[in-house]
Amino acid sequence: MRTDGNRIPGLLPASEQELRRTFLEQAHHVPGGERIARCIQCGVCTGSCPVSYAMDISPRMVIALFRAGEIGQILRSRTIWICASCYMCTTRCPQAIKITDILYALKRTAMEQGLFPERFPVYLLSKIFVQNVNRYGRNHEVLLLMLYYLRRNPFKLLRLLPFGIAMLRKGRLSLLPSKIKGIATVRKILDASKALELPREKEAVEYAEGVVGYRAVG
Amino acid sequence: MDYLYYPGCSLESAGKPYDESLRAVFRALGVKLEELGDWNCCGATMYMSVDEPTSLAISARNLALAEQDEGRDLVAPCSACYTVLLKTNRYLRESPELKMKVDRILGEVGLRYDITVRVRHPLDVLVNDVGVDAIARAAKRSLGGVFFAPYYGCQIVRPERGFDDPENPSQMDVLFEKLGAKAVYFPMKTRCCGGMLMTTFPEVALQLVKELLECAVENGAQCVITTCPMCQINLEAYQKRVNKKFGTTFDIPLLFFTQLLGVALGCSERELGLQRNLVPLKGQLAALAA
Repeated sequence: MRTDGNRIPGLLPASEQELRRTFLEQAHHVPGGERIARCIQCGVCTGSCPVSYAMDISPRMVIALFRAGEIGQILRSRTIWICASCYMCTTRCPQAIKITDILYALKRTAMEQGLFPERFPVYLLSKIFVQNVNRYGRNHEVLLLMLYYLRRNPFKLLRLLPFGIAMLRKGRLSLLPSKIKGIATVRKILDASKALELPREKEAVEYAEGVVGYRAVG
Repeated sequence: MDYLYYPGCSLESAGKPYDESLRAVFRALGVKLEELGDWNCCGATMYMSVDEPTSLAISARNLALAEQDEGRDLVAPCSACYTVLLKTNRYLRESPELKMKVDRILGEVGLRYDITVRVRHPLDVLVNDVGVDAIARAAKRSLGGVFFAPYYGCQIVRPERGFDDPENPSQMDVLFEKLGAKAVYFPMKTRCCGGMLMTTFPEVALQLVKELLECAVENGAQCVITTCPMCQINLEAYQKRVNKKFGTTFDIPLLFFTQLLGVALGCSERELGLQRNLVPLKGQLAALAA
C-alpha cells in the first residue's frame, strides 16, 4: 500500500497525515471517541459482527491498521460501507470503544475525501435521503428508492415493479411525499446548523498526528 | 396514562400496519396517544452518516416540540427513530458546549429544548407502565398455543442501554406468554436484519434474512413478531428472493408485535391492518384473528 519512497521510519507520510487529521476531527465529534486508544485487539467486535463475513478488513483490523498508519487502506475498504450499524460490537467491547460511531466517522472521512466511485451505493442512498428530508421534512420511501435506482441501475426499477404494485395494493405505499407545515423552520435549522461545529472532546488530544503505532495512540 | 406519539416516516407507508395496530392497542387499553404536531424526520442512520451535526439539530426540533407539551413521554415505535432520539438526548446531556450551540440554532426558529423529554418505546410503555397483568386482564382472546419467534432487532436494545437486556431481551416473551402464546427458542432475537443493506448490498442482507428465517422456522415458530418497521419489511417482503437464491421454502407471517397483541385484545383484523401483511396468516393464527 505504501507509495511514498523516502519514508522516515516511525513517521507517517504526508498523505496519511492528512487522512488521519480529517478522521480524528470526525472522531472527536463522537462523545467517548478517544477510547479507540484503549483497544486490546481481542477481536470481540469481529466475532460479534453479523456482517464481518462480507468485509475485506475486519473491525479489529480497522483499529490495527489505524495504529499502523494505514488509514488510507481503511478508507478504501468495503468494510466501512458494509456496517449495518446494529451496535453489537459497541455493546460487547470490553474497552467500551464506540466502534459503530468510529465507523460512521470513517464513512464521513471517506466522503469528505471523495475516496469511492461516483455512484457508490451507500453514498448515493444517503445523499438522496438527505435531499428528501431537506425538501419535505420527512423521508419518502418511494421517492428515495426511485431516485436511487434511476441513478444506480434503472433496470432494477423494472424488477422492483411487481413488489411496488403488491405494496400499493396493500395500502403500504404512499405515492406522494407528505411535506410538513414547518418546512421553513426545518430549512432554517439546516442553514443555522451549517455554522454549527461539534465541540471536540476535551481529553481527546492524546494522538500524535504524525506518529505510527502505539506511541501514536497513547 | 397519556402519551405523545412520534410515528416516524416508515409508519406512514410500508409500516402502516404498525401505526394502525399500535393505535388500536392503545385505544383498547384506554391509554391516550396523541400524535406530535408537525414532526419531522429523525434523520435515521442515513442522515447520521452524511452529516452528524445537522442530524442532531433536526432531531432536536422534534424533542423541542414535544417538550412544549407539559411532561408527556414521547412514544417512538420505529427502532431507528427511537435510537436517534435517545442519542440526541445523550449527546446534548454529555456535551454542554454542543447543547449551547443547538440552543442557539433552535432559538433562531423560536424553539428551545431543556432535555426533559423521555423517549420511550411502545413495548416499554406497555410492559412497564400499563403492566403485563393489566394487559392480561384486558385480553378478550387467549393466544392459546401460538408458537412465535420474538424478534427484537438491534436498535431498540442497543446502543443506548434502555429498558431491556442488550443481548437477551425478554419483555416481549414475557408479555405474550402471559397471553397464552409460546415463545420458541430463538437465539437470534437481537441479530441484525441488514437494514438498508437490502438496498445497497442485497447479497449481504439476503444472507442475514435467510439465517433469521431459518432460525425461526427450524425452532417451530408459526410467526415472527417484530418491533421495527425495517426488520418487518426485510423479513417479510424478501422471503421470495431468499427462497429463489437459497432454494428454501419460507412462507412465514411477519407480524408487528402490536398486531398480535391486538388479536389478544379483541381488535378486528382491519383495525390491526392484518389485511396489509404480504404473507397472510394461516391455520390456527388466522382462525384466532378472524
